[in-house]
Order: sequence, then structure tokens, then C-alpha cells
Amino acid sequence: MKTETTIYQNTAEFKGFSKETLAKFDEIKNHFPAGKEKSAIIRMLHLAQSEIGWLSTEGMDEVAKMLNIQTIEVYEVATFYTMFHVNPVGKYVFEVCRTGPCMLVGSDKIIDYIQEKLNIKVGGTTADGAFTLKTVECLGACGYAPVLQCNYKFHENLTKEKVDELIDAYRSGIIEN
Amino acid sequence: MKVTIDDITIEVEAGTTILNAARKIGGEVVPPAMCFYSKLPGTGGKCRTCLVEVAAGSTADPRPMPKLVASCSTPVMDGMIVKNKTSERVHEGRSAVVEFLLINHPLDCPICDQAGECNLQDLGYEHGSVKTRYEEERRTFDPIDIGDKIKLHMNRCILCYRCVEVANQLTEKRVHGVLNRGEHAEISTFIEQAVDNEFSGNMIDVCPVGALTDRTFRFKSRVWFLKPMEAECDCKKCAGKVVLWMFGQEIYRVTGRKDQYGEIETIDDKTAWICNECRFDKKDLAKWKVTGPRVIDRHSVISQGKYETSITPSIKKIN
Amino acid sequence: MKNRKLLLENVHIPGIETFDVYRKNGGYRSVEKALNGMTPDEVVEEVKKSGLRGRGGAGFPTGMKWSFLAKPEGIPRYLVCNADESEPGTFKDRYLMEKIPHLLIEGMITSSYALGANTSYIYIRGEFMYILHILEKAIAEAYNKGFLGKNILGKGYDLDLFVVPGGGAYICGEETALLESLEGKRGNPRIKPPFPAVKGLWGCPTVVNNVESLAAVVPIINEGGDAYANVGIGRSTGTKLISACGNLVKPGVYEIEMGLSVEEFIYGDDYCQGIANNKKLKACVPGGSSVPILPHYLVTKTASGEDRLMSYESLAEGGFVSGSMLGSGGFIVFDEDQCIVRNTWNFTRFYAHESCGQCSPCREGTGWMEKVLHRLENGHGNIRDIDLLAEINKKIEGNTICPLGDAAAWPVAAAIRHFRDEFEWHVTNKDEAITRNYGLSKEPLIA
Repeated sequence: MKTETTIYQNTAEFKGFSKETLAKFDEIKNHFPAGKEKSAIIRMLHLAQSEIGWLSTEGMDEVAKMLNIQTIEVYEVATFYTMFHVNPVGKYVFEVCRTGPCMLVGSDKIIDYIQEKLNIKVGGTTADGAFTLKTVECLGACGYAPVLQCNYKFHENLTKEKVDELIDAYRSGIIEN
Repeated sequence: MKVTIDDITIEVEAGTTILNAARKIGGEVVPPAMCFYSKLPGTGGKCRTCLVEVAAGSTADPRPMPKLVASCSTPVMDGMIVKNKTSERVHEGRSAVVEFLLINHPLDCPICDQAGECNLQDLGYEHGSVKTRYEEERRTFDPIDIGDKIKLHMNRCILCYRCVEVANQLTEKRVHGVLNRGEHAEISTFIEQAVDNEFSGNMIDVCPVGALTDRTFRFKSRVWFLKPMEAECDCKKCAGKVVLWMFGQEIYRVTGRKDQYGEIETIDDKTAWICNECRFDKKDLAKWKVTGPRVIDRHSVISQGKYETSITPSIKKIN
Repeated sequence: MKNRKLLLENVHIPGIETFDVYRKNGGYRSVEKALNGMTPDEVVEEVKKSGLRGRGGAGFPTGMKWSFLAKPEGIPRYLVCNADESEPGTFKDRYLMEKIPHLLIEGMITSSYALGANTSYIYIRGEFMYILHILEKAIAEAYNKGFLGKNILGKGYDLDLFVVPGGGAYICGEETALLESLEGKRGNPRIKPPFPAVKGLWGCPTVVNNVESLAAVVPIINEGGDAYANVGIGRSTGTKLISACGNLVKPGVYEIEMGLSVEEFIYGDDYCQGIANNKKLKACVPGGSSVPILPHYLVTKTASGEDRLMSYESLAEGGFVSGSMLGSGGFIVFDEDQCIVRNTWNFTRFYAHESCGQCSPCREGTGWMEKVLHRLENGHGNIRDIDLLAEINKKIEGNTICPLGDAAAWPVAAAIRHFRDEFEWHVTNKDEAITRNYGLSKEPLIA
């Protein structure tokens, strides 16, 4: 099933991974015995996503080629794990936890507030392509709830004021991706 | 080693699964299987329709197993006592599984080409309830096109993974698989592309429901109006041993030869998978040598009509 | 009661995340002790003596799990650390790995030696990518100082240790799903038998242990299994990391000695300091979202009136009728303003979202429950929905490939058992149910 997303067109054409990323791919493959390199796939997909901004088909096909596996095997993995965005997303993806412990201390209100503030719905991307809002299940930070993660960074004990600060900080580039 | 299933004791080799032991006995004690396919290693364990009760684990450790176990993937132990038909818990468990499989399954049997030879239909007939308790909207998937020969109807899929294994084991390149997860898991190619390979048509034969059907046969006829005939041809790609589904002198569809568990038969020690050319492109009777009628020994709607009466009893029944 | 700390004693020392500070404070002694004077079997024996039970949630004795490991000639064995901490309410492993990463690495070296593993992996949930980098930095230090790599401490034992991230899937905390994921596949749990101890990672014998369990091996070897077993109460030996969250004054990670009273833990000054905003306690889920919820009158006392303690046995006292489980130690506290129906729906949505979709009862059943609960919570429920939920529950439980089905079923069953009045109120007072919460449920009259 396709998820509802406002598609932010990532205009940059994919021309293969950078040298640094390729070097990392090679290093990661060495973590596993010969013939078991497929184990590197999840970490490679993380790196691929970080470089491209999302997991485009081209990017996934390239990963398949490097692991010498069929492309469908990569698609199967990429669509199983929720951290991978197989549809285009904004530059900063706010993934707000919605599970029990966060809900108990007001994550619903935080989600509503971000929707209002960025003028998007959950799953949507701002018109300038800067922010995408998603909800996720438990991030394992329940004691510091409500919490959101943005491109691997945790932002905890959220309040409306903190959300304001956070959005400003991202917009002005104080927090780097 | 000895295993007792529904009070019938049988000797089997070590490593045999409960389901295969039951199939050796045959008849009523055989649990149904929707995802397990003995000719496709790696299948099984998923649909949970073959759950049985293990009343005694083995002679060495006669304790009962606390949960029902999947008979297709649990090996027997010496002295194991299994209950299938004779267990109330099994009946309850199986009804539960059938209910789960049906809540999101479309009620489109009247227009589904699989009707009459559908495992889910059979199970619903045996274990289903008259009315559904599901008040929610049924889950639907966006249709995708996987080529001009095979029709994928994802709404009907029960995710048995058999077709994935067909592609893994019979074809060189797999382009379809299971994407997403949970109740959104679906068979798909991700980017639209044709599932096209010499043996991909076998996906249709292994599909327990109407999720994968033959486009060359689509909406042509109900299967119970057709006469199944055994036929063969000289084929370079496959054994060429098929069943022709005929109406008069016309071939409506071609399938592999299936045994009573719906699995492709073993002929000359090989599973008689058929190639796409035999299945889709040889609808001309002149291309086949018909060797006789095919007895379909099934208990579902397909045999309610004429098969059992129309065929001379002297023909050996396939057991 | 006295409160000994065995894991987090040094956590507040500045720089403890570095090898040098960690080492100066007694770090890596267990590796020296094991490699210098103990056979692998002796290490296993100490762990058995300690009575340590798996800290991931199931509570299976770690030493026993180790002794099941098959040891065929010429086939490698693996130790895999389960750092896929995703059970709602649980965040203890994250804390431990972030603050004192060398403790886990030390525990893994000692444990790998005991199991005869020459390559070990830490599988960490992908969301904890920053901790992966912390761990890799610490691992590099350990290689540098000769505690990892070839010929460790000159004793002829080789060990390589790698960290592997997941990609966002709760199910990968189930050990066979974790192994599938570690092999680079979808996290579909495997059908058992065979168990990982016989056929695990790449078909080789494998032990999968939780972060906290492996960290606990360090004090066990340092002080001896008997000494560890003397800490705690009864068969709940040692200390436990509890992640406290929800409506508490001071949520966070606490290391407690098993046997601490629940009362003290919730209200004590050294712990959570009571319910936030001067509210009353309504309910508590003491071991992560999968375990049964306890209503306020069963939290600090058992049904028979005894003090409820933080231990495997005491929290389970009363079975599923009036007890719960210690589980992963994810202690979630609800104040009087919380809605049980809403929370039950929320948890069920979690399980429906995290179901791998492989087996039919879980794939279809969790989604069904989620929809029914959503209806109830939003004032579209029917009185028969409550019994329907209980029945769907029973149909999932025990019929699935892995325990996720049970984990999804138990919270719903317990919520209906203890808070049926609140569910019914959601049906009879539909309009009100949307605008306000039910409040505290009444204590049942126990004859």
C-alpha cells in the first residue's frame, strides 16, 4: 500500500555514491565472513539514505549490485524497516514517538503542535522541502518523553517552546544534519 | 521412530515432520496446509492452519507441549502422540486461523477463477462460521501489473510465500517478493515490472488462493464446467506432462498435475513443474497427446458436480 | 533496604566512557581473571551459580542458555548481543551503552571466551546510531589496548567484535528475527526448533543475550557467582536496571537490588519520588508494554495483601489474574487522568504496526484488535466489542510463530480484566468518553 505523502521532488540526479561512502561500504562488508556480506545491507542502506536524502530505487539498485544480490532483496529489506524512506522526504525528517509512555506525557499535543506550526499533516512535507513530519513507534527514550528523532539525533523532553526552538535551529542551520 | 496421530501409529524416518507422517497415514488425520509445500523447501510454518496438539512429546519426555504446534515444521520424536481431528483445541485453533484469514479476504468467490479449487474456500467450508464478526473495512491494495500472463490480485493473498520460493528455486531471477510488513505486507515487484521467466507460471499452480491466476484463462469458465484430461507433449524445457482443462474440443487452460494436497506430482522422481510455453501458449489440441481423463479427488465444491460420476470407476484413483 | 549497585556504580565518574578511566576504576578485571586462571567452562559455571536470569524480558537463566550451546567440531560459534531495545517503556540498555560502553564490551569479551566464540556482534537498533558510534570508538580502544583482536592478553584467545545496526523494527528484539536481520534479511522470526543454540547465525550455534545480562557477567566473574547470588531475593538474584517512565516526578534509569518494594520505588526519595503533579496512581505496567497492567490497588500490594516487591516472583504473584511480570523492567506509571482504553488502543496499535506480517493470527489479529479498540476509544463502540476483543485475544495467544502475538494479546486481556467498567463506560457514555477520562476505577469487593 502506498502511504500518503506530499512528494518533495529531490531534484538532484543520482550519479553514484561518493568515494567516502563507497569506502565505508567496503569496510562494513569486512565485518562479516566471506560469503556473508549481505549482512552489511542495513548499514549500507543507512549510509545510502544519508547521502541521497531518501532511498531512491537507483540507490537501492546500486547497493544490490555491490552486494551481488537481486534488487528485490534490497526492496524487501528497505520496506520492512521503518527508518528507511522509500519515498522522497524533506531535508529534516521529524519522527515523533507516539507510543504509550510518550502519549502519557503529551506526545499527541506535540504532534498536533508541529502539524500546526509547519502547516503539514503527519506524513507530509513542507512546501520548501525542509521538513517532513512522521510519527514512529517507541524510540526507547521513554524516560525523557515526549521525544522526536531527526536524522539520527534525539530531541527529548519536548515542549511547545522546545519545538519552536528546534525548528528555528534547523532552519537557521544551527543544528547540522 | 514411532508416532501416533489420532490413535493411528506409524513408523517413520527420523526428521520426518508431523504433517508428512500424517500424509503417510492419509485420510482424515492429515492437517490442512496453506503455506507448506513439500516440493518447495523452506516453505511452511506461516499460515498456522496445520496446527496440531502434541499430547506427548516423546517416549523419553512424555510431557505434552503447552502450545499447539505447526505440524508442517515440527519433526516427530519417537513415541510422540499427536492429536489432530481428535482434539478440541486443534479445532478451535484452526477455526481461529480461518477466521483471521477471512476477515480481510474479499468475498469475490463468484468472480474468482480459483473458486472450486481454492484451499481457503475448502477451509472456510469446514471451519468457518456463517457470519463474520468483522465490522471494519476490508484491507485493499493498489493493483499492480506483473505481466500479460499472470494476474496478481493482492487483496486475495494470504501471504504463504510459496510463489516467492517458486521464483527462488525454479527461476534464475526473482523480481517479486514480500514488501512492507504487518497487515500491509504484500507481494509486489516494488517498481512495476513483469514477472517473466520460463517457469514463473508455476506461481499460479502453487498459489493456494486466487491471488495468482492465469490471464489466458481469466473469466473464461468456472473450473467445474471443464473436463480435466491428462496430456503430454515433447517439451525441451519441462516434462510436458500436464492437465488440459477442456470444454468440448477446446483447451481452456493448462495446469500442472496436482495431487490431493494440491501439490505438483512427482513424475520419474522429479517434480513435474511445467514451463510457461506449455501453460500459456499451447492451447491447440493438436500439440498434445491426450492420455486419458484426470480424476480430481477433492472434497470441495469442484467435485460436487460431475467429476466423480462422470469418470469410469475403473480408472485408478490417484491417492 | 541497602541498595547495592553492580553495574552503574561508576557511571557518574567523569570520562568513564573512555578506556583509561574505565580501566583505572577496575575495568577489564573480569577479562584478566577469566583468561588468566579460568577455563571457559569455569566461567559458564560461575554464571550458572549466580542465578542470573535474562534481562531482556523472558527471564530465562543465562547460564542454562549458555550450556545449551552446541559445540560441533570445526564450526564457528557466535555470541550476539541483543541491543535492539524497543519494548515501550524500556530505555535501560541505551543508558548503559551510552554512559559506560566498556562495561558491555568487557562483558562480551568474557562471555565470548566462555562460549568459545571468536567473532561476536552487537545488534543495536538503528535509531541508536549515535550509540553505535560510541560503541565503535570504545571497541577501537579495546583493540588498541590488546583486549580485542588476536592473542588477547597473550593467552592465545582471539576475538573480533562488531556493531551492526537495525533499521527500525521492534520484532528484531526477538532473537531469531534479530538473527535474520543480522543476516541482512527482513526481520521475520524463524520457526523453532531448531533453536539458535543449535542453528543460529548463518546456521552456526549462537547465543543471543541482552545488553544488561552481558554487562552483569562482569560483576559475576569479578566477585564470583555465589556473591552475586547473595544480592537480591530468592531466585531473583543480583540487581536490575529499571527504566521508569510515565507520570512520575523523577523518571529515569535506576539500578535496584531485586527485592526492593514497589512502594519504595515509586514513592521513595532515592527513586521516582511519587506521581507527578500531585496526582494519584491509577495503574502501572511494571515490565514493558507486553506485560499485564496492574490497577492501583494491585501495584504496591498483592491480592493477598503482601508487599509487592521488584522481583520476578513478586511481580508475577497472582498469575495473570492479579499479577504481572518483571519483563524488561520498563516501569510505566499512569496517573488518575489517564484513559486505559486509549492506552490499550495505543499499545495495540504499536503491536499491529510492529507485526512482521508473516503468520496469519498476528498479522490479521493485531490489526483487528487495533480497529475495534480505536472504535471503542472514539465513541463508536458496542458493548459486544469488549467480549469480541477478549475472544480475538484468545485466538491469537499461543497460535503464532513468535511471542509478539502473546505480547499483543496480554495487555488487552489484562486491561479488560481490571478495567472492564471503564471499557463499558466508553460504550454507554459515548460523548463523554471523547471529551473526558473515566478517572480511577473502583476497587473490586474481594470477599
